[in-house]
Amino acid sequence: MDLSLSVNGESQTHDIEPRTLLVHYLREQCGLTGTNVGCDTSSCGACTVHLDGRAVKSCTMLALQAEGCEVTTIEGLAAPNGTLHPMQEAFRAHHGLQCGFCTPGMVMAAVSLLDESPNPTETDVRHGLEGNLCRCTGYHNIIQAVLAVSRESS
Amino acid sequence: MASLHGQRVVRQEDRALLTRGGTYVADVADPLLDGAAHVTFVRSTMAHARITGIDVEGVRTAPGVVGVFTAADLGLGFAPMAVPVLPPAMARPWLAGEVVRFVGEPIVVILTERRDQGEDAAEQAIIDYEPLPVVAHPEDARNDEVLLFPDHGSNTAAVFGDEGDASEFADCEVVVRERLVNQRVAVAPLEVRSTAAAVGADGRLNVWMSTQAPQSARHAITRAFGWELDSVRLIAPDVGGGFGAKIGPYPEEMLVAWLVRHLGRPLRWLETRSENMVAMGHGRGQIQHITIGGGRDGVVLAYRLDILQDSGAYPSMGAFLPYMTRVMAAGVYAIPNVACHATSVVTNTMTTVAYRGAGRPEATAAIERAMDLFAAEIGMSPAEVRRRNLIDVASFPHTTPTGAVYDIGDYRRALDLVLDAAGYDELLAEQASRRASGAVRQIGIGLALYVEITAGPTAGKESARVEIRPDGRAMVFTGTSPHGQGHETSWAMIASDVLGIGLDDIEVIHGDTDLVPRGMGTMGSRSLQLGGSAVLEASEQVLDLARRVAAELLGVGVDDVVLDHDAGVFRQAHDAVGGASVSWQQVAVAAAGEGGSLAAGADFQASTPTYPFGAHVAVVELDSETGLVTLDRFIAVDDAGRVLNPLIAEGQRHGGIAQGAAQALCEEMVYDDDANPLTTTFADYTFISACELPSFELVAMETPTPVNPLGAKGVGESGTIGSTPAVQNAVVDALSPWGVRHLDMPATPQRVWRAIAAGHDLSSRQGT
Ligand code: FES
Ligand code: FES
Repeated sequence: MDLSLSVNGESQTHDIEPRTLLVHYLREQCGLTGTNVGCDTSSCGACTVHLDGRAVKSCTMLALQAEGCEVTTIEGLAAPNGTLHPMQEAFRAHHGLQCGFCTPGMVMAAVSLLDESPNPTETDVRHGLEGNLCRCTGYHNIIQAVLAVSRESS
Repeated sequence: MASLHGQRVVRQEDRALLTRGGTYVADVADPLLDGAAHVTFVRSTMAHARITGIDVEGVRTAPGVVGVFTAADLGLGFAPMAVPVLPPAMARPWLAGEVVRFVGEPIVVILTERRDQGEDAAEQAIIDYEPLPVVAHPEDARNDEVLLFPDHGSNTAAVFGDEGDASEFADCEVVVRERLVNQRVAVAPLEVRSTAAAVGADGRLNVWMSTQAPQSARHAITRAFGWELDSVRLIAPDVGGGFGAKIGPYPEEMLVAWLVRHLGRPLRWLETRSENMVAMGHGRGQIQHITIGGGRDGVVLAYRLDILQDSGAYPSMGAFLPYMTRVMAAGVYAIPNVACHATSVVTNTMTTVAYRGAGRPEATAAIERAMDLFAAEIGMSPAEVRRRNLIDVASFPHTTPTGAVYDIGDYRRALDLVLDAAGYDELLAEQASRRASGAVRQIGIGLALYVEITAGPTAGKESARVEIRPDGRAMVFTGTSPHGQGHETSWAMIASDVLGIGLDDIEVIHGDTDLVPRGMGTMGSRSLQLGGSAVLEASEQVLDLARRVAAELLGVGVDDVVLDHDAGVFRQAHDAVGGASVSWQQVAVAAAGEGGSLAAGADFQASTPTYPFGAHVAVVELDSETGLVTLDRFIAVDDAGRVLNPLIAEGQRHGGIAQGAAQALCEEMVYDDDANPLTTTFADYTFISACELPSFELVAMETPTPVNPLGAKGVGESGTIGSTPAVQNAVVDALSPWGVRHLDMPATPQRVWRAIAAGHDLSSRQGT
């Protein structure tokens, strides 16, 4: 079936298998492998992208459900000139990533979290990121990074 | 240029990871892999059964299928033992053909054009089983009623230490015994296992594998199939976490290489998380019996640890880990009499392997629980009992009764620092007032001290090569294999400090056996102390070579040449800035012109392992009505010697603490009594998340080790080793008003609530 949508600001049209998940579409058809798959039960959040500006787990929806939508992945987050998004910058400054596997999803979830709630408490951030698992960092520096972005932008 | 040692340098590797994501095996887009077929395994649904039939006709005709293989088709026999001393009769077949011994054991390999076709085709495989009696628990394995490997004659895979006798406790006023379960956990790196392979234009096999040790994987594969070492190039691209479970290649991964060699077609294998949960090695899995004895003055005289290690179905690294537990059994204490005996048995579950700490967390968990039990028995505070038994700062190097030689430490200082940072007295006061008021929410304070062994068990070795390119840039080739530990940054810092070349002009190369043929990889908290020391030595050698070339260029004697670190140029000693100088680029070009190259390799050989130590305090809040335990605070002193990059070292501590707390609070890989795995997805397995953890309060302490020139010990596993018993002790402490002296991990609300309920029963019975 035909699918048309915008991915990182570029319009895309592909003929896809109807059962293709959004994450597989992004990785395989669009070649955007920054978005990862960490589980098969919608539990880990490694696949988090933005759909019309809001975080979604891209393993949890069919690509066809994104028809006509705007999808943003980690590859589309920095400015076109390469300037990092403040969340990317904060993850780097605070060492919020180690192996990097959870990172694209974690960053996308964190950006969406602050969009929805610009001045969260630490507890808010921890609960807001509950659906994004990380095995490496113990979350400590991720939380610091998100709180730092929130502070800087307020 | 000021020394970078000790600076919080942000990581070089992050930009790529943050903007396009890492390149994990599933992301590798090498042209050699164009048109790769996908590998799918049909796995056993039975824990122990004889295979009476394998019907793959329906698989062959399924859409997209290009190959189907059973054990009979392979004709390969058995995979090599990961640990050579384990009984050969317990070897794992490449594919199960006659008997399956755990749920998840591969039986059939299917190759398909697309990955989803593999999943569909696997549904068409019909395996007939004749069930065999199941050994689900190590305690059942030990009685040898049902044998997993009748040819071996018993379920015992390995034995460590000697049985000893009880006489060591004869002089003790007080003796306490307990059975402790150090439960099986899933390693659960966020990236599952994945391997891709293809034959290159030169006829060699290229293998991309998500591994912690690419050079060893190459050896393992070529040895297993009788191939020349040079016939395989092994590449570990970005690796999404390992934690010990990606040290050795698994049969599935090696089989991918074999199939490509035999079919000539490139292949990709990427398991699902559900497969990973049942078929990648698990961690821990010890049943421990502790006996601790001493006087009412708090002095411990004897300690005994008896271990029953669950090795899983086919013994591997897990069967060997009690060796490490035994080495570290005595912990930070000067106990005159310490004995440890361990038996590793096979069960019808997935194999156990190394998991963050690998045998040492089990040792610390046992002795730190034992100390609390002893303290409770004699009515002394856990901090005071520990203090009375610590190894004295003046007695290093210290040899323990189980043969470890601790290099250097100051355990009393670690204890003082952590109690001070925690505000221990205030916490005790707060606890007392809540207990007095009978508050629903009680607090528990848990203390644990640890010492562990890194870069062990024997003296370790690692290699590095440093090369200056004609453009003046430095290349650092390392035999370590980072997968989150930040070696690209840390090794560049070490080289930069020696060479005066900026971080941006240093490239660190790892994980490709064509570029780095020798190396041991990254595990056991070995990398900085061994790999980093090798980088330091190789850099120093390159500097020596460069000074010689610079001397010629400057027309002065070698001894008159100095490196101006700030400017990154060579000058004549005592020459003013602005005088004659030559750059790294000039030196490199000159060296190349003479037909030489500006490069040096070093093998750093340590004389002994190192022994990091620390003290952790956990504060939990217990909701006594629901049994919910919340980790409120975590305070950690971790002394890993001299710290190279505090930002990275702290990150290692954070991650370790979280994984240890996870084992204490919520994580357990559960098999039922028929050895069916119950926690096979991230929906069932309670992987710790951000909202179950607090921010951690880290306290710095640095006691440099004399064992290596960096003064560094390993820090990757310390957090896990200390935090597991600290959190568990806190939970038990919170439950002590209900008469609880011990509660096994994980402290799930159900288990905690039951302990409270049992305590209520107890007090009501006592009241009547
Ligand atoms: S891959 Fe989507 S939630 Fe895990
Ligand atoms: S950085 Fe490795 S899983 Fe988060």
